[in-house]
Amino acid sequence: MKPAPFTHHLPGTVDEAAALLAAHAAEDARILAGGQSLVPAMAFRLARPGHLIDINRVSGLEEIALNADSLSIGALARHCAFHCPVEGGPLGALLAAVVRHIGHYPIRMRGTFCGSLAHADPASEWCLVAATLDATMGARSVRGEREIAAAEFFEWAMTTALAEDELLIRAELPRLAPDTRWGFCEFARRAGDFALAMALALYRIEDGVVVEPRVGLGGVEAIPRRVPEGEAVLAGRAPDPALFREAGAAVAEAADAMSDSHASAGYRSGIAAVMVERALADAAR
Amino acid sequence: MTAPREVSFTVNGEAHTVRVEPRKTLADTIREDCGLTGTHLGCEHGVCGACTILLDGAPVRSCLMFAAQAEGAAIRTVEGLADGETLHPLQRAFIDRHALQCGFCTPGFLMLAAGVLEREPDIDEDGLREVLSSNLCRCTGYLNILDAVKDARAAMKAGPG
Repeated sequence: MKPAPFTHHLPGTVDEAAALLAAHAAEDARILAGGQSLVPAMAFRLARPGHLIDINRVSGLEEIALNADSLSIGALARHCAFHCPVEGGPLGALLAAVVRHIGHYPIRMRGTFCGSLAHADPASEWCLVAATLDATMGARSVRGEREIAAAEFFEWAMTTALAEDELLIRAELPRLAPDTRWGFCEFARRAGDFALAMALALYRIEDGVVVEPRVGLGGVEAIPRRVPEGEAVLAGRAPDPALFREAGAAVAEAADAMSDSHASAGYRSGIAAVMVERALADAAR
Repeated sequence: MTAPREVSFTVNGEAHTVRVEPRKTLADTIREDCGLTGTHLGCEHGVCGACTILLDGAPVRSCLMFAAQAEGAAIRTVEGLADGETLHPLQRAFIDRHALQCGFCTPGFLMLAAGVLEREPDIDEDGLREVLSSNLCRCTGYLNILDAVKDARAAMKAGPG
């Protein structure tokens, strides 16, 4: 239960961090931000990084910048920064609601938004948000900077498109139209546990029907994603409980649910349908 | 380097300089190098919350941080809660409400609640329930802890005296 030895680096700038990552990439160098997933993995020795590149002393990375069309979340922005809405529109309210489901209060004091994305746990709430909103990730290395769309970023459970010498420097979420409705629902056996299934739903209502629906599913498949089969059910139809149930069933039908020690695929699939239905109903409130 | 490094921080206002390997957690350092064994270690992977301390005012799991990350930090542990012989309102309330039995989890709950009540003095009962779900207690069933923290919330708002 004690981590294996490693070399601890404390860069002061992003350039230094990128240089250290490039220099030690072959020796399993990892970025240390909040450490709320990495350090437990090290305690179990599931992870034995040779080098930890600790970005906690890099100034400016904790910034959450409000742009005209997007919210830019720096690599060190901690979960608790979202406890109060970071903007006055639906996006700020959505993030403030979702953040309460992440781990526990002390975990949220340290863990970071971008760290969750880079870790890419299938049951990560922030990964679901990023996938559902089609976030853009900024990856930085000594070779330069590039942007990665959420649909390409998440490759498999705990696996992202980041190269071994790249660090996730920021995530950009699109700001939402003021009349955007949103709903979130997850099921976990205990408060703070990894969810067995969760859903995030967004849509607007025009002339009494659903427009621009987004339905994201997390914790069910290896990666969180939008489910077009569910969105197709909703588009152009009047929002009501029967429609939400139909959409939930369509999402569960389209999803290839995981089976593990916590839940069978069939059980997860059943919960997924209900989570989608409840998220859609939550959005209609 | 993997070699020991000197790190300086304060614990309960007292300056400490320790030499630690990078892999040594802040929890182990507080106990072994600072000699403050009030901070307990249960699971050592961030689940139980027994090691909760205040780091620059924020309640955090000290088993999920390395001491080498604490340079310059102001740390508070359970030993710093009481003011001399006068118990902190949380300590008083835990006794009055029978919010502990074996006491192993108590330092973690006290520091968790102290940090949250200082940051959010007006937190409501639903909020407190959510916060207290952070830590594990195998004796009390949690309701006495919730009652104690609610009492302390009122006492802390009323102020000393």
